[in-house]
Amino acid sequence: MCLGIPGQITAISDAGRKLAMVDVSGVKREVNIACIIGDRAIEDCIGDWVLVHVGFAMSVIDEAQAAETLRILIELGEAQQEIAAMRTSGRA
Amino acid sequence: MTKQEPLSTLRPQRKIRDGIHVAKVSLAHGGGGKAMRDLIDDVFVQAFDNPALAPLEDQARFALSDLARHGDRLAFTSDSFVVDPLEFPGGDIGKLAICGTVNDLAVGGAKPLYLSCSVIIEEGVDVAFLRKIAASMAKTAAAAGVAIVTGDTKVVTKGACDKLFINTAGIGIIRSGMDLGAHRAEPGDAVLVNGLLGDHGAAILAARGDLRLTTAIESDCAPLNGLIDALIEACPQVKFMRDATRGGLATVLNEIAEASGIGIEIEERKTPLREEVKGFCEILGLDPLYLANEGKIVAVVPGHLAEVARAAMAAHPLGRDSAIIGHVLQGPAGRVVMQTHFGGKRIVDMLVGEQLPRIC
Amino acid sequence: MQYVDEFRDPDKAASLIAAINELIQKLAISRDKPLHIMEVCGGHTHAIFRYGISNMLPPEIEFVHGPGCPVCVLPMGRVDDCVAIAETPGVIFTTFGDAMRVPGSKKSLLQAKADGADIRMVYSPLDALALARDNPDREVVFFGLGFETTAPSTAFTVLQAEAEGLTNFSLFCNHITIIPTMRAILQSPELRIDGFLGPGHVSMVIGTKVYEFIAAHYKKPLVVAGFEPLDVLQSVWLVLKQIAEGRAEIENQYGRIVPPDGNKAALAAITRVFETRDFFEWRGLGSIEHSGVRMREAYVRFDAERKFAIPSLQVEDPKACECGEVLKGLIKPWQCKVFGTTCTPQTPLGALMVSSEGACAAYYQYGDLEGLRDRRAADAA
Repeated sequence: MCLGIPGQITAISDAGRKLAMVDVSGVKREVNIACIIGDRAIEDCIGDWVLVHVGFAMSVIDEAQAAETLRILIELGEAQQEIAAMRTSGRA
Repeated sequence: MTKQEPLSTLRPQRKIRDGIHVAKVSLAHGGGGKAMRDLIDDVFVQAFDNPALAPLEDQARFALSDLARHGDRLAFTSDSFVVDPLEFPGGDIGKLAICGTVNDLAVGGAKPLYLSCSVIIEEGVDVAFLRKIAASMAKTAAAAGVAIVTGDTKVVTKGACDKLFINTAGIGIIRSGMDLGAHRAEPGDAVLVNGLLGDHGAAILAARGDLRLTTAIESDCAPLNGLIDALIEACPQVKFMRDATRGGLATVLNEIAEASGIGIEIEERKTPLREEVKGFCEILGLDPLYLANEGKIVAVVPGHLAEVARAAMAAHPLGRDSAIIGHVLQGPAGRVVMQTHFGGKRIVDMLVGEQLPRIC
Repeated sequence: MQYVDEFRDPDKAASLIAAINELIQKLAISRDKPLHIMEVCGGHTHAIFRYGISNMLPPEIEFVHGPGCPVCVLPMGRVDDCVAIAETPGVIFTTFGDAMRVPGSKKSLLQAKADGADIRMVYSPLDALALARDNPDREVVFFGLGFETTAPSTAFTVLQAEAEGLTNFSLFCNHITIIPTMRAILQSPELRIDGFLGPGHVSMVIGTKVYEFIAAHYKKPLVVAGFEPLDVLQSVWLVLKQIAEGRAEIENQYGRIVPPDGNKAALAAITRVFETRDFFEWRGLGSIEHSGVRMREAYVRFDAERKFAIPSLQVEDPKACECGEVLKGLIKPWQCKVFGTTCTPQTPLGALMVSSEGACAAYYQYGDLEGLRDRRAADAA
């Protein structure tokens, strides 16, 4: 449920209505950013990667968390390779 | 061809008429009288200017001997164009009306020669706009090497049609020995496309404006007879071609699988898509395999000739991103499967209806 | 695409599949008694089919496709109400594309449009608001549906309409809430589910703590999962790890998007505009207590439910429908009597055939290769 897609805020288009332009792979759309401004000045949102759902930015993507998820998967792969290598050398 | 016999040399055959002096088309322009003749002459005949059309008989006439020079069978097709909006990035209804019919002839192995052009105009349409569309048709026809030789004009009351509908029919001659068909795919054959998919569908959806998405995506609308000539020359053993218009790649693949009683497996990794089209589809929850194209063909060739065919298409400006996207399998009959880039497999079925943007 | 492509990497998928297989062996799961993992959310169902995930996984794992498709679970009576509003003279009825095909007792919105109603598909409720601004002489109604992911967007839209003093905009509120729905499923005595993939985008609004009762009371593992295929696989692996280690916890795989406390601004907007209904009717599941919201008294002038005379009739699901059984994981879509015969995507009878997120429509459209093979074998026998 709830299709959401990452995009980057490129400009504030209407500060009063809390609207900003978001870029998704070159496709641009005006979205409401009321949910992600927090205590910041609205201009500080420019450059944020956000998750967009039905024209609303609903969450700022946490870069460190994204990297952490990928790191776990890379380690998992490496661990498997080591085990496989150990098995091969054990057999040899 | 138009250069040798300019309209001026033919005009004296008929009474010289006034041009059209009003800004908008009215019902009078469809009434069969002088106003109608003026509209036809001034807007369409001027633009399409060619010897077969100029006499304005009720039919265009050709010598059979001329036709027979190109092959041994006649191909005849018809298509109606109701695109909304009438103008869009990469084209307009006029260009589309020529490309659509030219491509429908060319994918049958025919050399497209002559087109008809029938227009249904809603009263109130700007004459200047009609001129623009007629010019676009003329330019596209010249690029495709075809002549618009007959036509018809109707004007309907406000609301009876959406500004402008165009029907084009086309005649082409099929090369001797060519026998293309969706039923001819066999296990081991390769499936190719001539470039990036989904551009037209995405461009049209964006151009309608109601989704308020801005993109640089342009329609791929183009006459493909030149590219198809190159393909046939390099690979006369080609078994089937179809332009992947409404319903997109997925629909054509299903039609082949069904008609030939074979299975098809394509690879997501090799299926050419523009980043913007991917983004566009992600935002709206659409599947690019079902988006319309107006300048893309699907071709089936024997497996050992796949690379020859790809290289021939890739050498043409309209085929730079040509790719071998999959293969024909024994079965399951009628089934199209996609090997996803991620490593899984999924069935690519026919769509039930129009693809609608979704939120969930 | 950043934050997308890296979560579709086939090499990492292969490592996860290997890790999952290892756990399956360790757990000694038999193929006759596979583990049942429910993906609550229709978005996950879609990802599972789109990327062919279920046939990458060993047969010892079966997905049970949950109720998290707000379009699918919309009861016929509510669609009838939409049609009645849309056919009111002067109305521009706006909706997400998904809802256009959902059958009512007489017609869908797509059919009502063909019959002449002014129904427009929009990408965002903001676009409906723009239509209201541009058409001051028309009444623009937005069909609000969805779980907590979507509810903030319509709440903010109503607040914006209020701020601009628009009088020709209203919301037909059909928002539903996830927790009561999951509770209803968990309370079902015949339930056979070993763990859950939690809805990632709902959770970015409501957070992860609200699921604690599932681990504490029902002793089921739940992993809040993202929607890219690696997210789904990693979440399956995390559920299996919990089972293997004898744990039942709430974990968050989708940390890049989902904060533990959710989104304060979004929750505040929901609370400001909406209040809980006593009951809300679901297609396939019946009436569920506190599972829907309606607009508060303070926003009555934006409430289409009160602005229009709507029939508000309860229309029963077709008797032959077994959507409820499918949703609870008791039967597979193709085991339903009407699957693919009287119930197809062209003529859907049940909730799950309605939207491409619905389990039955997904099976019909994308096909589950293994499942369909089994089905053919069963048919042949």
